[in-house]
Amino acid sequence: MKFTLCVWRQLNSDEPGSMVSYEVDGVSEDMSFLEVLDLLNENLVVRGEEPIAFDHDCREGICGMCALVINGVPHGPEPVTTACQLHMRKFTDGQTITVEPWRAAAFPVIRDLVVDRRSLDRVIQAGGFVSVNTGSAPDANALPISKDAADRAFEAAACIGCGACVAACPNASASLFVAAKVAQFAALPQGQPERLQRAIHLVEAMDREGFGGCTNHYECEAVCPKGIPVSFIAHLNRDFLKAALMSREVRDVPPAVEAEE
Amino acid sequence: MIRLVRLFSTSVGDKLIVALTGGALLVFLLGHMLGNMTVFQGPDSLNGYAAWLQGHPLVWFFRFGLVAVFVAHVLVTVRLTKANRRARPVRYSRRVARQMSFTSRYMVLSGLVVMSFLAFHLLHLTFGVIQPEIYQLEDSQQRHDVYAMVVSGFRNPWIAGSYVLSILLLGLHLIHGAASLFQTLGINHESYTVLIRYGVYLLVTGIVLGYCSIPLLIFSGTVSLEGG
Repeated sequence: MKFTLCVWRQLNSDEPGSMVSYEVDGVSEDMSFLEVLDLLNENLVVRGEEPIAFDHDCREGICGMCALVINGVPHGPEPVTTACQLHMRKFTDGQTITVEPWRAAAFPVIRDLVVDRRSLDRVIQAGGFVSVNTGSAPDANALPISKDAADRAFEAAACIGCGACVAACPNASASLFVAAKVAQFAALPQGQPERLQRAIHLVEAMDREGFGGCTNHYECEAVCPKGIPVSFIAHLNRDFLKAALMSREVRDVPPAVEAEE
Repeated sequence: MIRLVRLFSTSVGDKLIVALTGGALLVFLLGHMLGNMTVFQGPDSLNGYAAWLQGHPLVWFFRFGLVAVFVAHVLVTVRLTKANRRARPVRYSRRVARQMSFTSRYMVLSGLVVMSFLAFHLLHLTFGVIQPEIYQLEDSQQRHDVYAMVVSGFRNPWIAGSYVLSILLLGLHLIHGAASLFQTLGINHESYTVLIRYGVYLLVTGIVLGYCSIPLLIFSGTVSLEGG
């Protein structure tokens, strides 16, 4: 198979970028989209050009590193699939394919298709955790959790934090990400003590990082590689409203710890 | 108090304000529509209803409340929209929407249309600027003849047409608005999502048909100056 790739090239966050066209031949229909970029990069290196920088890690759809807007859709045309699990048989031979990075003020471009997603880490640091005592592991099932609650928590916990929801949202909102984190812990007994504070802290952190707000377009749900539904956003709104009306105190968020570069 | 101000300045808090004020405006729309329907019962009924409203001791309370709710709905939306635009400074060169609805995409636009229609409507039937000749009429009981004003106003095809068109666009705004009201208040559960979706369609269709029936039936001559 042969494709024309229209790829966003940008040297660093300060330089302006642009779309550049590349021809790539000899593509097998069994290749993943990232392998096509690998192939193109090998050609570029041979030609003495700079290879295209793009994020990837596990390449089996569970790490959330790949972050490509393919033909105008985060993670490409295949629903509930990450870009690394997207195979070229889903495209037609000779097609022109555009490849862009996630676009959001909170995700500045580092280089080409690589964006800085540490804003999501800082949101998590603001409250996306449960406080538990360390020590020996508790007995299994010492804390009864219904199957229904466990399933609900697991559905939310499937979020791999890739940021496709932000990329797809017309407002670059991280609401689905935040909602998944809030709903995951809210479904479990371990999440109850910090439940209302968590909703407040995560929403405030999301705003602080420069993500937009949800206006119920539901584009996030359509592109989420883990199929996380927008009903979790309703859950977030519910917990936030409850926190606004019922919680006794609103503590300030502890300052975010910046990871080593 | 400071805590509430802080929480209602976040994006989710702003959304709650927009949802609640939007819900209040929706309730007003329903009440206004039912009141206007008295036009079909003849001049005495509509003029009596108008006189009752004007003389109601709480009329100014409701007027100020309505203006405040409306202003809050618009101002908070402006704040949210600005933040949302800031969140995506560089646009995609190619972006394909997967499931975004027509009504959600043009929410701000349909809101602006509703706002300009509201200004037109107030100038027309509340302040009597657009057709002053129909505004000063009185009926046999020396009441403001709202019936004659409305009926002669909607005889004009441009006036009747612009009302019908505006109400249709208001309907588009309401479809997304009313459905979003539930989501923003956290009312979303797989057991009743379908109920909410079709309930919203039913409600909005009812509002649109109810409002449109007035200019349409007057223009077609079904409702005439003589009453009935």
